[in-house]
Amino acid sequence: MATIKFTLNGKPQTVDAPEKMPLLWVLRDTLGMTGTKFGCGAALCGACTVHLNGTAIRSCSTPVSNVAGKNVLTIEGLSPDSSHAVQQAWVEQDVPQCGYCQSGQIMAAAALLAKKAKPTDADIDEVMRGNICRCGTYQSIRSAIHRASEILTASNANPASKGGVA
Amino acid sequence: MNAIRKVNRRNFLKVGVGGAAGLTIGFALPETSRLLAQSAGSRVFPLNGYVHVGADDVVTFVLAKSEMGQGPMTALSQMLADEMDCDWKRIRTEFAPVDPRLYGPLQGTFGSMSIRTGWDPIRKAGATAREMLVEAAAQKWGVEKSRCHTEGGAVVNAENQRLTFGSLAESAAKLRPPSQPTLKTASQYKIVGKSVKRLDTPLKVNGQAVFGIDAKVEGMQYAVVARCPVFGGKVASFDATKAKAVPGVKQVVQISSGVAVIADNTWNAMEGRRALEVKFDEGALANLNSAEIRTMMAEAAGKPGAIARKEGSGESALTGATKKLEAVYEAPYMSHAPMEPMNATAHVRADGCDVWAATQIQTAAHGTAMQITGLPPDKVKVHTLFLGGGFGRRGGDDFIREAVETSKAAGVPIKLTWSREDDMTHDLYRPASYTKFTGALDAEGWPVAWHTRVGCPSFAGMQNGVDRAAVEGIADLAYAIPNIQVEYTKADPGIPTTYWRSVGYSQNTFFTESFLDELAVAGGKDPLEVRRRLLANNPRMRAVVELAADKAGWGKPLPAGRARGIAVVNNIGSFNAQVAEVSIDKGKLRVHRVVCAVDCGQVVNPAIVEQQIQSGIVYGLSAGLKGGITIDKGRVQQQNFNTYEVLRIDEMPVVEVHIVRNQNAPGGIGEASTPTTAPAVANAIFALTGKRLRKLPIRNEDLA
Repeated sequence: MATIKFTLNGKPQTVDAPEKMPLLWVLRDTLGMTGTKFGCGAALCGACTVHLNGTAIRSCSTPVSNVAGKNVLTIEGLSPDSSHAVQQAWVEQDVPQCGYCQSGQIMAAAALLAKKAKPTDADIDEVMRGNICRCGTYQSIRSAIHRASEILTASNANPASKGGVA
Repeated sequence: MNAIRKVNRRNFLKVGVGGAAGLTIGFALPETSRLLAQSAGSRVFPLNGYVHVGADDVVTFVLAKSEMGQGPMTALSQMLADEMDCDWKRIRTEFAPVDPRLYGPLQGTFGSMSIRTGWDPIRKAGATAREMLVEAAAQKWGVEKSRCHTEGGAVVNAENQRLTFGSLAESAAKLRPPSQPTLKTASQYKIVGKSVKRLDTPLKVNGQAVFGIDAKVEGMQYAVVARCPVFGGKVASFDATKAKAVPGVKQVVQISSGVAVIADNTWNAMEGRRALEVKFDEGALANLNSAEIRTMMAEAAGKPGAIARKEGSGESALTGATKKLEAVYEAPYMSHAPMEPMNATAHVRADGCDVWAATQIQTAAHGTAMQITGLPPDKVKVHTLFLGGGFGRRGGDDFIREAVETSKAAGVPIKLTWSREDDMTHDLYRPASYTKFTGALDAEGWPVAWHTRVGCPSFAGMQNGVDRAAVEGIADLAYAIPNIQVEYTKADPGIPTTYWRSVGYSQNTFFTESFLDELAVAGGKDPLEVRRRLLANNPRMRAVVELAADKAGWGKPLPAGRARGIAVVNNIGSFNAQVAEVSIDKGKLRVHRVVCAVDCGQVVNPAIVEQQIQSGIVYGLSAGLKGGITIDKGRVQQQNFNTYEVLRIDEMPVVEVHIVRNQNAPGGIGEASTPTTAPAVANAIFALTGKRLRKLPIRNEDLA
């Protein structure tokens, strides 16, 4: 057992957990934040994607000790009101079907757009191929990422509007 | 309709959904439902089995179907809201409790039936509620009902006075429901037929949607189960000492499927399971492997079987035919692999049992919990949460049984979770099949006889020696071929099986649509032309073939190195045809485009129809190009998404969906498009390479 301190969705967080316990289970079971999903436990499906210091990581394969002193952002903290550009685009285009993989898809897409505001289809393939969707929402995901990119570009031109990348 | 007429408020109070004095749901309802229901205000009035109206004008639709992405939450709400004339912005949903009086003896979501079976009762429920609200308003105003109409969640009279549904709900709930409410005609629909936004989307972009695995119950502990890796095996003995030494592990208990390790969180339970020492008696299947299974099925397909269909002179028409063709087609066992692994949460007490689950069959969950606990029906509550995919897998009750048994043994609420490896190696699989085809052509090269022998496990129950699920897609072949004979021989090696998206069609349509292509080529005919001719008396099926071909540019030149293939199916009351466009670059198959035409009768939500078609195509491509469960030493060899691959975004073709709009009775949609994708792709590969691929999945190494 170790006491691990990190920043979770902008607020200080302390947990007592075995050092090797994956961040996923700390989030879901210890902290009750179930927006981040368990899919494969082996960094193969992307359902558990969260941001660690702004980079998309698979929380199922990240020991909680690795996040000590760092910033963790989950779907619950992406925006207070679903106003992140990716969430707006996802709602506009009704991307989710069963929805189970979508927290991971959204977090992966948000990290991609933070690094590359106008991704090409090839950029999307490269990053998003790590996230499986068994409902097959891939065509909508691709289109919604392009739409989120437009929303971001518009909000950067007009900083008063919502939609910034967290 | 009987169900609706019988409903009164007392029944509702009895089943604990709600009552005139306010909500009585509290602890019993899942969190999402509770949030939604609370927003309906403190006073809610049930008008019938599907509709509650709140004093604040919120209309709550009680959804007796599971939402696993296929969209009943939205589409069924549209049907209700349209008939009721309620304000779409004020409609809310909650998942129904188990109640055979209201929702039938088999409450569940399967067979792409939600819209088909809900179409009449839900519209009638909406119309019933509307007429009761109109009557309440007419009484209040002292006018004839005929002087009132409804719009946007209110009753309006001739003087243009308005009373909202919420203000009328209490008095309406005391009225006798009309015996024959008047339903709208198609031209009167305002919401049905429109691509309204899905009601579940907002909850699914911010982590708020509560799936089965997200259930939270006060005091719950977390469990995983060590199961025998061989099907049919049992626990011989176990030593829990090392498991119990793992920090956080609370208890280790034996249940019918294995040994449950219970801890303060899922991870510690998994760590406890890793440390657990178990000896299994592997049983009769300990040496079973895929080659042996294939031999068993090939033997079954090699001898005469029970007759599933006979037309004309059947098999004997093959004798003396001008030209004969023989081919064997094969498909593997498949795992469902929904994104949310199996799980359930249960709280067994002396006086009651609650189960929170992502289940497709509430009746089975309820029955299983009753059987384990010995409690009467009204003491067992099943709370349906969102399903992270179903595809048929969540019709099983094995994961629910484990949670209930574990909670009963441990005496605390238990959330029991399967790892991905548990899920993949203890699925109930889509059966493998080995099927032999013989066809004959007449002197002009048209198909004149068709004979099939199916060797496949039974997975839906035998009738006169035939498992209808194992032969569907073949026995109901729609083509006008004068002589048809289809036979079935059960070949069951003991691998557990169940329904898998589109069931028998998932493999059989690959077989039939590929073999028909073989007959077309052998007769020197264009595959489209043969289908058009043989479907001359099946206008809806022929129309989707023609529409897909037209939209895909069938017969028009393609860039060098590309080819098209076509396939069509009539399943679940709908018709769909697909044209796939493929290329092979450096030995690697690429599916560029899939054009689908679908006729599912009256469309409720075109956007959801399009989503489901896309979804089914991706599912069909994953099975056609990636999947396949193999067995060695009685064990499933695939463990996770690295060995059981599925389609990812970089392989996603452009999918175009063309919907035929008509007012025929609604067909299903969730399973419509899965069967046709693999044969369309295989037929395109043949058109490109001249190589006929008769075994799924199609691997790149098979192309050369």
